[in-house]
Amino acid sequence: MFTGPEIETVFAELGITHVVWIPDTAIGPWEAALAGSSRLRLVRVCREGEAWPLAAGLHLGGQTPLVVMQTTGLFESGDALRNVLFDLKLPIYSLIGVRNWLVPQSRDTAKTFAEPILSAWGLNCQWIADPADKPKLAEHYRRCRAAGIPGVALMAEGAP
Amino acid sequence: MRTLNDRSQVMPVVDALRVLADLCCDAQIVVTNQGSARIWPKLRRRSLDFHYNPSTMSGAIPLALGLALAQPQREVVAVSGDGSLLMSLGSLVTVVGSGVTNLTIVLLDNGLYEVTGGQETPAARSAVDYAGLARAAGFPSTAEFRDLADWQTQAADVLALPGPRFVRLVVSAAPAEYLTSSTPPLAEQLTGLRVAVSNE
Repeated sequence: MFTGPEIETVFAELGITHVVWIPDTAIGPWEAALAGSSRLRLVRVCREGEAWPLAAGLHLGGQTPLVVMQTTGLFESGDALRNVLFDLKLPIYSLIGVRNWLVPQSRDTAKTFAEPILSAWGLNCQWIADPADKPKLAEHYRRCRAAGIPGVALMAEGAP
Repeated sequence: MRTLNDRSQVMPVVDALRVLADLCCDAQIVVTNQGSARIWPKLRRRSLDFHYNPSTMSGAIPLALGLALAQPQREVVAVSGDGSLLMSLGSLVTVVGSGVTNLTIVLLDNGLYEVTGGQETPAARSAVDYAGLARAAGFPSTAEFRDLADWQTQAADVLALPGPRFVRLVVSAAPAEYLTSSTPPLAEQLTGLRVAVSNE
């Protein structure tokens, strides 16, 4: 969907200061551009459950973090997400790669449960399912920032 | 010879935390959670203290790490229970990998899931060397104390070692009256912390 330099530019132009992530095969190729960026900092966590409170600390410290992970990590980190977005009420934005979304015959349950889980949380979501959708990421991020609410960009992925 | 899981010598947790509270400077951020979040407010009240309740277990260390990354000019202390740390031992690796030097993790090790009534953690009867785990993860400075007098006399020096630092305090369970006390309202804490952090 996005190349590394493309996504680094999008994130930097949005004013994101830290990308807190665990990559997957679709997001992983962004690493060189993000790690080499002079405009933002890449923070690697060992488990997705760390990403949400780490982003919370960055936010409370005056920075503008973004959480990036795959659907599997979203499921794993549900309680941390719940705490940060709903108990602490922090407007953390995230980009979630949805594994196998672009593979119609796939019966991957990571694909099946992505939308229902986010719907259950009541989170404001934006699909990035096609290259033509790329501008929607920045538009949705800005809308969520302006409203002071968390938001999720769901990035459709192919097979891992 | 004493084994690592020997709990015949522990320090009273309130006294152990009081040593830390007395040493905290005005510019320092302190993140507590679970049991310590209930004890600390009775010892000291500052707007740079964040009592992370309701928390998600294992969240205090990453949250403190985020604050340390965001505020590199300040020292940040995370007070974590052993049950919380066990839920995300990888957070020790995350801390070191982030490159922060302004973070201290103080582990209150009582071998218990304290706030749920004092059930044993899986490590309660095991020889888990938490300071050794931190050293293996790459922490340049680690220490361990079982004796209150030792902690009282050495704490200032330990907290001045190169960061990130890891300090294991082998402590007693918290007195019941502390576990039933509430933490300051979350909204009030968040507002106070934001204002305090923005004031250099």
